[in-house]
Amino acid sequence: MSATPNSGVAPHITNWSLNDLVEWDERILEKVAEFGLSCYPQEFELCDHTGMLGYMAYSGMPSHYPHWSYGKSYEKLKTLYDHGVSGLPYEMVINSNPAIAYLMRDNSLLLQILTVAHVYGHNDFFKNNFTFKSATRAELTIEAFKSAAMRVRRYVEDPSIGVEKVERILDAAHALSWQCRRNFAIKKLSPLEQMARAEDTAQGRPDPFQKIHARKTVEVPDFHKVPLEPDEDLLLFIRDHNPFLADFEKDLLTIVDEEAKYFISMMETKIMNEGWASYWHKRILESLDLPQGLHLEFIVNHNQVVRPIPGQINPYHLGLKIWEDIYRRYTTPTADEIKRDGPPTKSAAEKMFEVREVERDASFLRRYLTEELMREMDIFEYEARGEELVVSKVADDDGWKEVKATLIKSVGTNSIPVLKVEDADFGGNRTLYVKHDHDGRDLHIEYAEKSLNYLQRLWGREVVLETVLDGKRSLLCSNDRGFSVRALK
Amino acid sequence: MSGDTIFREYRISDAERSDRSAGDRLRHRQKVRESIRENIADIIAEESIIGKDKDRVIKVPLRGIKEYRFVFGDNSPGASQGDGDSRPGQVVGKTGKDGPGKGDEHAGDRPGVDYYETDVTLEELIEIMFEDLELPNLERRALREIQSEYSSRRKGYRKVGIRIRLDKRRTAKQRVMRMLAAEKRSDAAARALQESQADRENGADADVDGALDEIALEDSALDEGTIDEEALADSPGVAAFQRVRHRFPFHQKDLRYKHVEVDTKEESNAAVICIMDTSGSMDTMKKYLARSFFFLLYQFISTRYRNVEIVFIAHHTEASEVTEEEFFHKGESGGTFISSGYAKALEIIAARYHPSLWNLYAFHCSDGDNFDSDNPAALKDAEELAEICNLFGYGEIKPLGSRYYESSMLNVFRRIQAPNFHTVLIERKEDIWPSFKAFLAKDRVKEGS
Repeated sequence: MSATPNSGVAPHITNWSLNDLVEWDERILEKVAEFGLSCYPQEFELCDHTGMLGYMAYSGMPSHYPHWSYGKSYEKLKTLYDHGVSGLPYEMVINSNPAIAYLMRDNSLLLQILTVAHVYGHNDFFKNNFTFKSATRAELTIEAFKSAAMRVRRYVEDPSIGVEKVERILDAAHALSWQCRRNFAIKKLSPLEQMARAEDTAQGRPDPFQKIHARKTVEVPDFHKVPLEPDEDLLLFIRDHNPFLADFEKDLLTIVDEEAKYFISMMETKIMNEGWASYWHKRILESLDLPQGLHLEFIVNHNQVVRPIPGQINPYHLGLKIWEDIYRRYTTPTADEIKRDGPPTKSAAEKMFEVREVERDASFLRRYLTEELMREMDIFEYEARGEELVVSKVADDDGWKEVKATLIKSVGTNSIPVLKVEDADFGGNRTLYVKHDHDGRDLHIEYAEKSLNYLQRLWGREVVLETVLDGKRSLLCSNDRGFSVRALK
Repeated sequence: MSGDTIFREYRISDAERSDRSAGDRLRHRQKVRESIRENIADIIAEESIIGKDKDRVIKVPLRGIKEYRFVFGDNSPGASQGDGDSRPGQVVGKTGKDGPGKGDEHAGDRPGVDYYETDVTLEELIEIMFEDLELPNLERRALREIQSEYSSRRKGYRKVGIRIRLDKRRTAKQRVMRMLAAEKRSDAAARALQESQADRENGADADVDGALDEIALEDSALDEGTIDEEALADSPGVAAFQRVRHRFPFHQKDLRYKHVEVDTKEESNAAVICIMDTSGSMDTMKKYLARSFFFLLYQFISTRYRNVEIVFIAHHTEASEVTEEEFFHKGESGGTFISSGYAKALEIIAARYHPSLWNLYAFHCSDGDNFDSDNPAALKDAEELAEICNLFGYGEIKPLGSRYYESSMLNVFRRIQAPNFHTVLIERKEDIWPSFKAFLAKDRVKEGS
């Protein structure tokens, strides 16, 4: 029932067989072990372009709950692909145990070898990086998505619920799904623990000279306030504090939240992860003694993937550059670097494995993107001036730190505004008070309006959002009378 | 870690079975359609739809299927990579696009990469309009399928034609005639065959062969009972010949077909004359109402006549013939002489559409304003139009509420006695269909005549 008429029917010509792949995979695995990468078991699935488009639309998941937005995404991908605007990825790999990767069956032998090596890089990263370890349990990934899919399908088919009611919640939940915690290595305190912490804070430090000091007045914190501490997990907060939600609605919020958290790790490590996989596919393929023809093809394809793209940040390029720079600094540091940082204290491999475990994009760039690298890659900052985007700063002596700060602000979850629930009973009438942590970047007002409407839909009462617009503290309100903006003093 | 990697081979059956996105795509399309339906008035008001090709593709703006999130606005700077010599002040792109092109497709950290438009065919759009106007389903079909009425009649017979027009009776007759004629010839052939029988070892005499060929081989193409050529070869001579004589198959030459000629009727011509007062401002709702009414009229007339022409006359104090585009977009302020529009219509009819050859349908849309001094003239011209048209209508489009404080021509036209003149008042889109039906009920030429 494929939408594309000529799928799978045309004779399929490649220069490899499945046995070739198995053989090359064994050789690659030897290298993987030799270099010290530690991977989950790996599964590869060969698919055609329709299959790949399908996986792309559903974030690579073999099983995923239905929603019209995925149909939209599929149509869009397919249109772009059919018109040759964008090609398909060589592979897709998902963070699960065993890790699952999809290979395009139309690719040449070299591309398959390159891809397999690349996939092992990702696999190692998934297994070892802290963002993945703290946010997801890889062995449950596939099952969790499958179970969610089954539950949502059941709600859709349930005559007392149906697709309209499910979409009502899913549409709204999707709009708010990234409004959740970003670093799962930091433990979220339970309400009781928060209470204990509030109590500790109120009592202050023990004073050794208490006897001679005037007795301090202890301000009793308001333990009735909900939430005690500002809460970033909007969907979960609503699930737990809106008593009018039906069970299936609560479940839908949980499902969307879990999925978002799964993808937060991906988002948080895009540059590191792609750089890491590119670094290792390069190392592995260079050590494989490829026949000359394959070797040339490898160089062409590798350069294609990791080339800089002016006007953009190519995560493959940026990531690879930094990883190679770390390697260089721990093997052949320049005299200046030794003078500045001292001689390397550990081997390059040790250092790199450590970094791959404990960093995410923001910290990775902050620590390892040096001034020299920035200059070499010509990273600049741009801003909108009228109709045009204009270069505002370049990586020179004065500007590089600011350019770097801007770059860091745009990677991973830093590109998503931070919203926190401050009060669930604002003004004593169950108004939800949400505050935007303004960091100099204003919200897009049209998008804020619609998203706030969704928040109101889920909360069931008035919602207000405190933010800063054009330097003025403002309150965006969404209630039964509609949307309004007013300035705060 | 061991070599327990699994490779799963590609299987066509899997790939074909798993069109997993079908359901979600369908739902997405439904949403698109809903979104179009919500905005149908705006779309129809701006699109030329009357008498246009149904497969024409129209770009329609979409609202409501964008996926919103909290994102940063315009005042957030971005960082990207240059080609080696970036200088402050250099222009690297345009706003509104997705930065200078941000590679990251995650999470939509910037708005603007969503598409706002979709393509729909005119046919779909009309279908949605019908839904919106709450047209009864039965009527809808009549309007959708334009089947012009034209007749054909039989005229003689031909030797060639299409299978469906084969006249079996005449064909059978032809065969009998040919058989009778052939009998004489074959008697002679049989005699010749018997005489030369002794001289021959195998095969048939060349002459007989020729005679047989003529009958047998040709018709093998024609009917199922072909000559058994093997039998012919095995036992040549009289026996075979007798067999042939018993069977006398149809031949290509026997076939007779009925001949049909298309009969173009003169009364199959119709002209639709749309007259509209463009003096007042046409807002979206007015445009939508007027356009859908004219559209229905045109579609309906097209179902009944083979050749339909359409004329747009826009008028204020003067009238002129315009295109559909201009018709709905001309907004001129100033006074109104309704009579000018009617005079123009009469003038065009006199020049191009003589009432003896053309069925004329005229309809006038107005907001009801007219200079009082013009009323007598308008009345006179309207009567004249009603005289020569099959149907002449006057529609006053007044979106709800406005009719109480504006003057109306309805009272003036009440004086016209012609049975094929009709006035309607359209206040809401729901009025379109009932008033359209009421209007057509007065058609001078009743259906089937």
